[in-house]
Order: sequence, then C-alpha cells, then structure tokens
Amino acid sequence: MSTQAPVLNDVPPTPRQVAQLHATWSDPPGPWGWLSAVNHKAIGRRFLVTAFGFFLAGGLLALWMRTQLARAENGLVGPDLYNQLFTMHGTTMMFLFAVPVMQAVSVYITPLMLGARSIAFPRMNAFAYWVYLFGGLMLFAAFLTNTGADAGWFAYPPLSGPDYSPGKRVDFWAQMITFTELSALLEAVILITTVFKLRAPGMTLNRLPLFVWGMLVTAFMVMFAMPAVMLASTSLITDRLVGTHFFNPGEGGDVLLWQHLFWFFGHPEVYLIFIPGLGFVSTIVATFARRPVFGYPAMVLALIATAFLAFGLWVHHMFATNLPELGKSFFTASSMLIAVPTAIQIFCWLATLAGGRVNLKAPLLFVLAFFFILVLGGLTGLMLASVPLDLQVHDSYFVVAHLHYVLLGGAVFPLLGAVLYWWPLITGRMTSERLGRWSFWLLFIGFNVTFFPMHLLGLEGMPRRVYTYPADRGWEGMNLLATVGAWVLAAGLLVFLFNLWRSWRRGERAGANPWGAGTLEWGSTCPPPAANFDATPVVHGAYPLWTPPREPSQVAGLAVDQREQLVTTVLDAVPDHRVSFPEPTPWPFLSALAVTLCFVWSLFTPWGAVYGLIPAAIGLTLWFWPRRRETAKHLAIERAPR
Amino acid sequence: MRMGRQTELVQARIEGAALDVSHLPSFGFSHRSLMWWGTLGLMAIEGTVFALAVGVYFYLRSFASRWPMEDMPPALLWGTANTLLLLASLWPAHAAKRAAEALDLKGVRFWLVLTSVAELAVLGVRVLEFQTLNCRWDGSAYGSIVWMILGLHTLHLLTDAWDTLVLTVLLHTRNLEGRRFVDVSENSLYWYFVVWSWLPLYAVVYGVPRLG
Repeated sequence: MSTQAPVLNDVPPTPRQVAQLHATWSDPPGPWGWLSAVNHKAIGRRFLVTAFGFFLAGGLLALWMRTQLARAENGLVGPDLYNQLFTMHGTTMMFLFAVPVMQAVSVYITPLMLGARSIAFPRMNAFAYWVYLFGGLMLFAAFLTNTGADAGWFAYPPLSGPDYSPGKRVDFWAQMITFTELSALLEAVILITTVFKLRAPGMTLNRLPLFVWGMLVTAFMVMFAMPAVMLASTSLITDRLVGTHFFNPGEGGDVLLWQHLFWFFGHPEVYLIFIPGLGFVSTIVATFARRPVFGYPAMVLALIATAFLAFGLWVHHMFATNLPELGKSFFTASSMLIAVPTAIQIFCWLATLAGGRVNLKAPLLFVLAFFFILVLGGLTGLMLASVPLDLQVHDSYFVVAHLHYVLLGGAVFPLLGAVLYWWPLITGRMTSERLGRWSFWLLFIGFNVTFFPMHLLGLEGMPRRVYTYPADRGWEGMNLLATVGAWVLAAGLLVFLFNLWRSWRRGERAGANPWGAGTLEWGSTCPPPAANFDATPVVHGAYPLWTPPREPSQVAGLAVDQREQLVTTVLDAVPDHRVSFPEPTPWPFLSALAVTLCFVWSLFTPWGAVYGLIPAAIGLTLWFWPRRRETAKHLAIERAPR
Repeated sequence: MRMGRQTELVQARIEGAALDVSHLPSFGFSHRSLMWWGTLGLMAIEGTVFALAVGVYFYLRSFASRWPMEDMPPALLWGTANTLLLLASLWPAHAAKRAAEALDLKGVRFWLVLTSVAELAVLGVRVLEFQTLNCRWDGSAYGSIVWMILGLHTLHLLTDAWDTLVLTVLLHTRNLEGRRFVDVSENSLYWYFVVWSWLPLYAVVYGVPRLG
C-alpha cells in the first residue's frame, strides 16, 4: 500500500491549495461523469430543473382544463380525458413539484448556508434525485399512453379500487407515490444529518439561519407524515394486484381507512410545502430590509408549533364523512389554532420591514404578494375549518380557490422570489429587474383573476372536477374570466422563465454577495466553486456576513487532496472530527435504474417485487463496497478516536 | 470565541486566524458519526410505518364482528420460537458492536459471523411463521393486515441480514479503514431496532387475536 503524505490547508489557503481543493471536489467530465455526479450543487440544479419541468407540465394540464371550461358545454375535452387531466395536474403539482422543488432548493442552498463543503450522504442524495426523476417520468409515460391516473390526486377508494378502476391507471399512480416518497424520505434524512453535523464551527443552533430551520422542521415532518401515504398506497396496490381487502367493506375492509391514512400525510404535506416558503420569506425579508429578522426565537418556535399542529388537522378534510361530531369539533379547534403561529411570523416580518431600510427589488415583491394572497387563503381556510360551512361548499370550486390561494400564495410566490434571489448564486449572473417586475405583475394579476372568481363559483354551487357545465347555470362569465386569468398567469410564467434564460445566456455578471445579504451562502463566489469555500469558515454570529471579522476566521488542517469535511457537534457546532466523503460514482444512478425496474415490474406481476430486488441489492452493494485507491487515501489521514 | 467544551478530549487549536483541526480523529462512534444520524432517521421512518400498520390493525378490528375473521389465530409455535431467537441474536450483535467500538478486528470478525448466522436462522424460521398464520392475505381484511405487518417486518430482516452479510465479508478483507468499525456499530444498532420493534408486533399479531 502506498501512502502519500496528505496535503492540508493553511489559513489563509495558498492559491495552489485552493486550486487543488476545488479540483478534488469536482465531478468528473464527460457523459459518464455526468451520470456519476455527486456534488450537491450539480444534483441541486438537476433537481430544480426537473421540478420546474414538472411544474410546466402540470401547468399545461391546467391550461388545457381552463380552456375546456371557458365556455359552457364545450367539447374540447371529454370526461375520460378530463379525469386524467385533473388527476395528473394535482398529482404532478403536489408530488412531483411542490415537495421536491423545496428539497431541491435546500439541496443546493443548505450546505452553503452552513459553511459545509458537501451535503451529508452525497451519493444517497444523487440516488434520491434519480429515483424521483424516474418515478415522475414513469407517471408521464403512462399518461402519454392513455394510462394516466384518473381517480383524483387523493385517489379515494372505492373509486380507485379494483372494481371501479380496472386497468393500470391507478397502479401507476400508486407506484409513483412509492418513488417520490422514497426520494423525499431519503432527502429528509440527508438534510437532518447535514444540519446537525456539518455546520461550520461556531454556528450554534441559535445562529442557524431561519431558512435552514424551516427545512429542518420540514424534514422532521416528512419523516413522520410520508410513511402514512406509503403504507396507504402499498395497501391500495396490493388490494388491486394481489387481492388484499384493506379497502374492501365486503371482506372487513373500510374505505374511510384510506382517507385517514391519506390525510394523516396529506394535511402535513400542505405544511411541507408551506414551511419552506416561510424560510424563503425570512431570508428575502432580512436581506431586503437590510436587518436581522425581528423575533428570532418566536420565529423558530412558531415553525415548530406549526409542525406539531399540522399533524392534528387531517380530519378537516373529512368533514363530509360519517365521523363523530365531537371529533370534528376538535379538528375545527386545531384548524383555528394553527393560524396563531402563522400570524406570529407575519407580524415578525412586518416588524422587520417596518424597522429596516427597505430595498424594494423583484424578490421582495414576490414576498409582498405572499402576504396578500396567503392572508386571503388563510381566511378562507378558517371558514372551511367550521363544519357547517365546509359541508355547504365541500367539493365545490370554493375549495379549489382556497387551496390555490394557500399553495400558490404560501409557497409558489415565495419560491419564485427565492429563485430570483438565489439565481446569481446558481449561475453567477443577475436577472433583469425590469423583466422580474413584469413577470411579477403578470403573475400576481393573472393569479387573482384566475382564482378569485372560483370562490364565487363555489358559493354558487359549481362542483369541482366536472368536465363541463350547462349553459343555464350562469357560471359562464366567471369561468371565462378565470380562463383569461390562467392565460395571463401562463404569460407571466413565460416572462419569468425568459428572464432566467436571458440571464443565464447573457446576464450581467454577479459580483460576490450582489444583494448585500448576511447569510453564509453568499460568503463565497457566485457561483461557488466545487468545494464551496476556499477554507471552511468559522462563524461568530447569526448573520456571519454582517458580523465584524473576528479570529479565528477559517479552519486549517483539512486535506485538500481528498474529500475531507469537518464534523461538528449538534448543539454548539464545536469541531469534533474530520470525515472522508465518498467520490463520484455511477452506482447511485445504476441502483436507481434497478429500483425502477423492480417497482415497474411489480406492477405487472408480484414476482417483479421479488426478482427485481436482486439487481437492486447488487447495485447497492457495489455502491457501498470500498475501492482500494480511495481506502489508501483515507488511511493516509486516519486517526482513531481516543 | 469559546471552542472549549466538547464531548471528546481532543480539541481544535486556535492559532491566530486559523482553527486547526488536523489532529482531530477521522471517525467517531454513536451520535458523533453521520451514519448514526442516518440510521436513526431510517429507524424513525420505519418505526412510524410499524406504528401506523398497528393502527390500521386496530382500526379494522374496531369494525369487525369477530377477530380473527378466520376461525383460528396464528399458531404460537414458530412465532414464539422466532421471538426468542430474535432476542438471543441481540447477544452476538451487541458483542460485535462492543468489539467494533474497541477497534478489535478479531472480535468483530468473530461476532459478525455469529450475528450473520443468527439473522439467517431468524429468516428461516420466519418462512415457517408465514406458513402457520392460519390466514391468507386475500381471505379477509384481517388476513391482509396480518400479512402486511409480518411482510413489513420481514423486509427489515432481509435488508439487515443482507447488510450484515456484506459487512462480514468486507471485514474479512485487508486494508480496512477505521470507519468500517462505525459501520459495524451502526449495523448492530439497526438490528436492535429490528428486534425491539418486533416485540409489539408479536404482541399484536399473536396476542390480540387470542383476546377474543
């Protein structure tokens, strides 16, 4: 065994050490290298592009539906295709866009914000991405071959059961759940480990950026919410494929069991989407108010309170079912209660803006829209939380209006603001402020013109999920208005994407920290080099870039000729040990292919789940098996704990 | 700034602008390691799945006029034997963990072989358990949830047995990094979870149908 003396970094690192460090952390070139990539920024970018691809696809499905509904008794889309359209739209937006896109941003941003060189378990991170991509592609491949899911995004049995949904449509839907939830669960574990163990020295938990707090709380919620939907979809698929009876009342099963399991996941899911949005808002507000967010402890406690309360709300999706009235009252109360932590945060942000020197740039506009839209969506939420009102408007367009106000207002507007905000960090180029404002106003107006009339349509009795409606109901005017709004919304999104594309091709170069932000992700160059920082920073405040320089400023003594990362303690981020990170490898990609084979095969025969496991097990083993060259390098810097 | 208090004796040294970490260890056990947190995360997820499956069991039972819906509860013999075997398997797993934390390669090799044998034996008895459940997954909702619970737990037996086998082979190769000891330690931790989570599942699958 040949051992070369390791090269450790000095403070400040020499140019030669810096060059070697970033070469060490780079992903290999070429197509095979591309498939082997494990750098969190590369995976984060792919995650982001894929999630926005699904967002566009889901948006096109929505436009298709809105165009059909523009006139009464329109013949553009028939009932069967319409069922697939609304199911695919909801499924895509919830499972393939909203949750993954938040994790995508986090995969890119969180390690930078923490001052880490990498995300924890980088290979698993790559695996989670590939599994998500393949699951989404499988669902769309099925849709394009007239096997699109058609039982609604929450797929209630008995409609989704073997008797009323024969064929493979619901099977593909249920298996898509397996893919995306596997990916999301892995990402949750990765993120929690990253936040707890890979923070720069000095970044104690009470200096953790609010965005990271948001993602941490989200990751914990994912761990406890998503198992419910995995268990539910597995039970559904076994009911459909091997004759179990979980949801078959004829043999002792129960259809409401599905609703309990689904909404035990489904209501927290709303907050899985919403809490990262709150993280974006906290980040953007601080930077553009040019001061720390007011009431940091209250903000953190509000996030945690929201997470706990979110698990006590699921039955408010089931008010129209035959459940005990007393139970419903409890869920009404908890639904009202969850408004309190959200209100606390809104007051803290308003106080921050009031006490700061506001720099009204496009990202902040998106945050201001969040205040307006979310408050409206929250208020209709409080209305829906009361059982009698919910019974009146259940399954009507009022609910469609409410959920879009909450989800687009609470998550998508802050997300778009965050994309503009962090774009220079991803591409090294600024976006156009003018195009940013144009896209903002088109999106804001388009959104309200689309969804506000739906409140009224719902109150007038228009049910959701109908492919058309009779002319004599008087719904045509507002439906037409909503359709016009949808096209304006689409135009706004096009301008937004054009802005990104234009910036990527020929945008103005972003210098270091172009917005004058205080958090650590801007502490390197734009975009950051392969290892993120030339040397791991030492943190002395909650907003390190706004804190006066102090000593020690950087970490010395980490290898630059191999992938070494400092591990710190959970609470105080005190340096604890050094750990060697794995190198790029195609095995996560190949293992994801094997897992895909297993999942898809098992839709056609239960033996697929058995035989399909074999290549997956082989892939995962070869992935884990250490390579001699890497081991030799690691041994050169090994030091056992005492 | 204060860089003093730590869980470990070795401290980072402050030299002017530099915080020198070159002399820190390159691996650590328990909550110090990334693997421990990853394993804990998986245990939280899978524990939630088990808890929900038990919830489904009692939910279905609350609507049933008789339970089990088939006439006979699962036979006790193999299930009970396997429970005892699982508890016994904690011994080699624990010994492997302690040897790993003492960086004792010889001990690790020996106890890992024994752990592998124990885990394979458990899997073997599990096959017999499936044959004496006295219900089919497609017979009734009762049969469905019993098979689901047992199936979920068996999946964990399979994955951890495979993991142990791979580690056993790996630990018998040369030029091992110290952090392979961490892998062994976390593998045992996960086996603890597989064993301890079985006890409530055993009580549900084998005990509840006998309550009448």
